[in-house]
Amino acid sequence: MLGVASIVFLGAVAMLVVGWVRRDRPGLPFLGENEKANTILVVLFGMAIPIVILVALFVISDLVLLPETDAPAAGSTAMTITVTGHQWFWQVRYEGKDAETANEIHIPVRTPVNLQVRSADVIHSFWVPELNRKIDTIPGQTNAIELYAERAGVYRGQCAEFCGLQHAHMAFRVYAEPKARFEAWLANLRKPAREPTTPLARQGRRAFMRDGCAACHTISGTEAEGTVGPNLTHLAGRETLAADTIPDTPEYLFRWIQNPQAIKPGVKMPGLGLGPAKFHAIVAYLTGLK
Amino acid sequence: MTVATPPAAKARLDRLERIWKESPGVLGWLTTVDHKRIGILYFFTSLFFFGAGGVEALAIRTQLIGPDESTLSPATFNEMMSTHGTTMIFFFVVPISLGAFGNYLIPLMIGARDMAFPRLNALSYWIFLCAGTFLYVGVFTGNAPSAGWFNYVPLASKAYSPGPGIDFYALSLLFVGISTTLGAINAIVTIFKLRAPGMSLNRMPLFCFAFLAVSFALIFALPALSTALILLELERLLGFHFFIPAAGGAPILWQNLFWIFGHPEVYIIILPAFGIATSIIPTFVRRKMVAWPLVALAEILVAFLGFGVWAHHMFAVGLASATTIYFAAASLIIVIPSGIQLFSWITTIVTGTPRFQTPLLWIIGFIVLFIMGGLSGVTFAAIPFDQQTTDTYYVVAHFHYVIFGAAVFPLLGGMYYWFPKVTGRMYHEGWGKASFWLTFIGTNVTFFPMHILGLDGMPRRNYTYGPEMGWTGLNLIETLGAYLLALGLLSVFVNLAVSLFKGEKAGNDPFGGDTLEWSTTSPPPPYNYAVIPKVSSPYAMWDTEDREEDARNLERGRKVLEQGHETAASTAVDAEWDEVLDMPSNSAWPPLVALAMTGVFAMVLLQQWFAAAIFVAVLLCTVAGFHLKEPEEA
Repeated sequence: MLGVASIVFLGAVAMLVVGWVRRDRPGLPFLGENEKANTILVVLFGMAIPIVILVALFVISDLVLLPETDAPAAGSTAMTITVTGHQWFWQVRYEGKDAETANEIHIPVRTPVNLQVRSADVIHSFWVPELNRKIDTIPGQTNAIELYAERAGVYRGQCAEFCGLQHAHMAFRVYAEPKARFEAWLANLRKPAREPTTPLARQGRRAFMRDGCAACHTISGTEAEGTVGPNLTHLAGRETLAADTIPDTPEYLFRWIQNPQAIKPGVKMPGLGLGPAKFHAIVAYLTGLK
Repeated sequence: MTVATPPAAKARLDRLERIWKESPGVLGWLTTVDHKRIGILYFFTSLFFFGAGGVEALAIRTQLIGPDESTLSPATFNEMMSTHGTTMIFFFVVPISLGAFGNYLIPLMIGARDMAFPRLNALSYWIFLCAGTFLYVGVFTGNAPSAGWFNYVPLASKAYSPGPGIDFYALSLLFVGISTTLGAINAIVTIFKLRAPGMSLNRMPLFCFAFLAVSFALIFALPALSTALILLELERLLGFHFFIPAAGGAPILWQNLFWIFGHPEVYIIILPAFGIATSIIPTFVRRKMVAWPLVALAEILVAFLGFGVWAHHMFAVGLASATTIYFAAASLIIVIPSGIQLFSWITTIVTGTPRFQTPLLWIIGFIVLFIMGGLSGVTFAAIPFDQQTTDTYYVVAHFHYVIFGAAVFPLLGGMYYWFPKVTGRMYHEGWGKASFWLTFIGTNVTFFPMHILGLDGMPRRNYTYGPEMGWTGLNLIETLGAYLLALGLLSVFVNLAVSLFKGEKAGNDPFGGDTLEWSTTSPPPPYNYAVIPKVSSPYAMWDTEDREEDARNLERGRKVLEQGHETAASTAVDAEWDEVLDMPSNSAWPPLVALAMTGVFAMVLLQQWFAAAIFVAVLLCTVAGFHLKEPEEA
């Protein structure tokens, strides 16, 4: 496409350059006089050649290549993942596995996955440039594409449809892993959250449940069943926070829960003003949720 | 270039001058119905909005100059980019094309003395001014829209955009839509009925074909937008549910309605530029356009085909493949009429005797940028490619090449070209060339790297990006390019402003122009032509015998129409002499109607229904006044 476009561009510019070189002189010999020849030139360059190029482009891209971006046919995939776009994070559910996470999608390598996308609020667009096309998440509608990774690795994705204040910080990651590793990861994801083991973490758990966090977040196996924010059951198993905005380290986690608005202005999560002691305790609890 | 005027002709000119004179001073400008003065009002008003949109663009680029910048807050950034798009499209490009260039030039090019409906013309200007002011009252009171120029629901619904910003957007666009519709109807009737007898359609300048096509496209495209806006406001102000899925609505309905309008709008924006190009090229290459009938047909065809391609803006929403394939094919077909025009311009330039003066330079720049924008546009018809690049900076690059490069460059070239006609003075040629090169280089430095960033995955409308993305260098270049571009544009307007006072006297026809407007004085008198001109080809100005006959007619008093505000009407196709029209003279009603209308929209915005009803009553009174017959002239 780039090659053909360059030829067309340079050809047309070359004609203009000829015009400049011959400026202030009557037009090209022969051509300048012959109205019919000029019209033929226009029809040739403006109609005939474009038709040939356009038909070729149409056949290759819209008839031959297009089916590769279709929604997967029933039964052609090994598993189904539902991704729901929220302002501004991605909720990820493994269908039939009772497993949920956010912003980090693990898939087995070389395995076609049926990816269903939905929206909880406004229109977003799910896009992993290296794996497939964009697909919009539209309220009241479920769209599907096939997610297939030929090679193991981490693929960055992001929201591609403008969705409000923090559209810029609505990225995610797809981890394509060898089958065994993926299965182990999924098995862990299906377990309820780990119990806190240190006094500080237990204190953190208490604060989490009582001081507001649980109203929005779910930690399975506990009384935290909020659905507004991302599921935190295995938060410590993730590498990033706030939709791939900052790394998931204790330091960043502390800064994040203390004042999320400073890192992601407009995010729906409020700074609860609980004081450093409680925030340290909550961090201790959350970093134990492997 | 003053030729001694015979006394009989002089007396007639004086008489016409007396008949067509408007009130002096500010009152004259407020009550004017002269298409040229209205064109000038349109010009300065839309230029003001261009400045506003430009400042917004610079703010956006400054925020993106480096990673994690905090020049603008995310909220302000979103307001800036929404207002930038809305302003440039609805309050700059369309009004300056149709309102300023169309208004000023169409009657001159067809040898008429005014637009068909002069008061309506004034009304569409005042409505435009009020609608633009309406939007900017929102901006300056901190209520700018922030859901992008295409304002997708549900983001633009009350639940996710609770403030009045979206209402300012929706109501101001409905408001300005009235103005644009009136302008389009006026242009169509003018072009069909007011052509100088003899100017059959096949002798009409290509410029007018372009504006005819645009006007028709507007009339058919705007209702889709207005419908969408009315549904949105019913939802936002009165609690209806057209777009909310939980209540049985469909968010995609907005997208369909918006793009049924939005894609024809693209051609509405660019066709006037094509028209300007077809005026400037023959003059500066001293030959007639190659393949004239094909170009005229192509202009109409582009406007028509533009209605069948809207869903190519929606290839990522999950439409059925059969649908996307149809829309891809339809989009590809548009390349053909565009290709014909493109190669007609190029062939005309190559086979003519080109003089590379400032106006032609802008057109050459336009052609180069249009090819770039056109080629990147074709790639969107390759659906898998579109599904990767849509909503990235690649799209931003594409439509700025098309809308800024291809639509605005000819407008700037046109400003230079007709500057001597409108003001009677010449612009500065050296500065003209310099301003072209500054702007051309600035445009490419700003917008070319966006292709690369888009292909590298940078989504549009992100208020920031992280340093780890590797987008820093190109963004820095783009921002510096934007400053250069601003400097280039500034130099255009400084050149024109200084030339207005210091330029050399231009004379009637400084360039050897091809169309009728060059036959009258610079600036043209209020009645445009003392004699209804004789026309026997689309290049009326080059038919010197006809122009000599006009001069003889003035002496003999033939075809002068000096009994009042008169102009000639002719038949729609063959332009045979039909009747003499009595045109209205200046009137204070148009601005009053527009003011009353502003009251209605403002009260709807504030949800003061009783006050809105009162303003509707006032509006009806002013409309009645608008239709009062003026007293017979003494």
